[in-house]
Amino acid sequence: MHITRGFTGRPRVADPGLPPGQYDAGDDWPVLSAEVTPDLAPADWTFRIDGLVDQPRTWDWEEAHRLPPSAYEGAIHCVTSWSKFGVRFAGVSLDAFWDVVRPHGSATHAVAYSHTGYTTNLPLADLTGGRAWIAWEYDGRPLAPEHGGPARLLVPHLYFWKSAKWIAGLRILDHDEPGFWEQNGYHERGNPWEEQRYSGD
Amino acid sequence: MTDTFVPPTRFAVPGRIAVSEQAASVWQTATLTGIRRETARAATFRLAVPGWPGHLPGQHLMVRLTAEDGYVAQRHYSIASAPDDSGHVELTLDHIEGGEVSGWFHTVARPGDRVEVRGPVSGFFAWPGDRPALLIGAGSGVVPLMSMIRHHRARNLAVPLRLLVSARGPEELIYAGEFGAETTPVFTRSAPEGVPVGRMAAAHVAPLLAEQPSGGWEAYVCGSNSFAEHASRLLVTAGQPVERIRIERFG
Repeated sequence: MHITRGFTGRPRVADPGLPPGQYDAGDDWPVLSAEVTPDLAPADWTFRIDGLVDQPRTWDWEEAHRLPPSAYEGAIHCVTSWSKFGVRFAGVSLDAFWDVVRPHGSATHAVAYSHTGYTTNLPLADLTGGRAWIAWEYDGRPLAPEHGGPARLLVPHLYFWKSAKWIAGLRILDHDEPGFWEQNGYHERGNPWEEQRYSGD
Repeated sequence: MTDTFVPPTRFAVPGRIAVSEQAASVWQTATLTGIRRETARAATFRLAVPGWPGHLPGQHLMVRLTAEDGYVAQRHYSIASAPDDSGHVELTLDHIEGGEVSGWFHTVARPGDRVEVRGPVSGFFAWPGDRPALLIGAGSGVVPLMSMIRHHRARNLAVPLRLLVSARGPEELIYAGEFGAETTPVFTRSAPEGVPVGRMAAAHVAPLLAEQPSGGWEAYVCGSNSFAEHASRLLVTAGQPVERIRIERFG
């Protein structure tokens, strides 16, 4: 730690909800996708889970909306160091999908992939137990395309690049397999509270 | 199951280079050695980084400032300088209203001050100088693209390179004195006599895509999210393949 001469930082109160190295972006919600925002209509959206599961399955928009609704209200944390509090997402808990597909006992990880081809890897444990959603509403409105609409993965306890936009599916594996940012220098798990930003953190 | 999973879509933008884990995970002390004014809002800060492992044009680093009470602020900034062996890197920063880090650089920092940096990070927006590159930037989004242009010149690369850069007016165009024939500026609010004023449009992109160098263009788009959305749509509409458009959006 090196004290920077003359640096005071913004006025602040210690916020126990703010992970190390993060700042509160307030009303801002920066967009950081690396690819062109796709023009994807709900009618063309599908979500598939396959790999090491008993019942591989694809849901379309209508079928996914028939699952029990579930909401998340809380914070999200981006690896570029902004955090956002009091966000409200609505969709379906991934647990409702797990009940249908039933992962094998040997399953340990998932690769989430988008309709754009973006990928990101997650331990299965981070996608179960009410901690992950397929979200299609933000603040009571349809999720905007630049934020991953019509539907995105939402795993708010990890850095937000893990919450794949334009989610198309989850492939269930018995090993870890780095996705797009993980192959480009970012951490394989991305826990904000451990400040796991880059490979080797 | 050990087969590598390939998603059932054409992938947007595979990564360009492997990133050194060690370089990206170590904080090192950098010393400010010079400050250059670019525009009324932007200045370039030259940093001596003794253990700098080198970078590729388009990469960024993380800067960390620490207050006396231990409060820490860190930000990602694109690297403006071309890779060289000078042991220095340059950052060009806009003075953001209320920005705690850019504010410190613009109002407090002076040569001799030390900050911490780690990097380079992220291989996705990197341009090693190997493929024809079509660069589109706005405002401070031109910074990583300038690193590419400087690299192209320093190495006398023959591979085609074009820059389309948008600014509110000539006085806000960062690096205005450095651009050459590869660059077309677009002015959105005010322009020199005889130069049209207006938003970047299909007419700016079309002639560049009409060139189609061998192997096609790799497009690099950098700027605010709204600019990136606009510019990437112009490219797609003009026929640039989606998987050959790399976007860096400044948050």
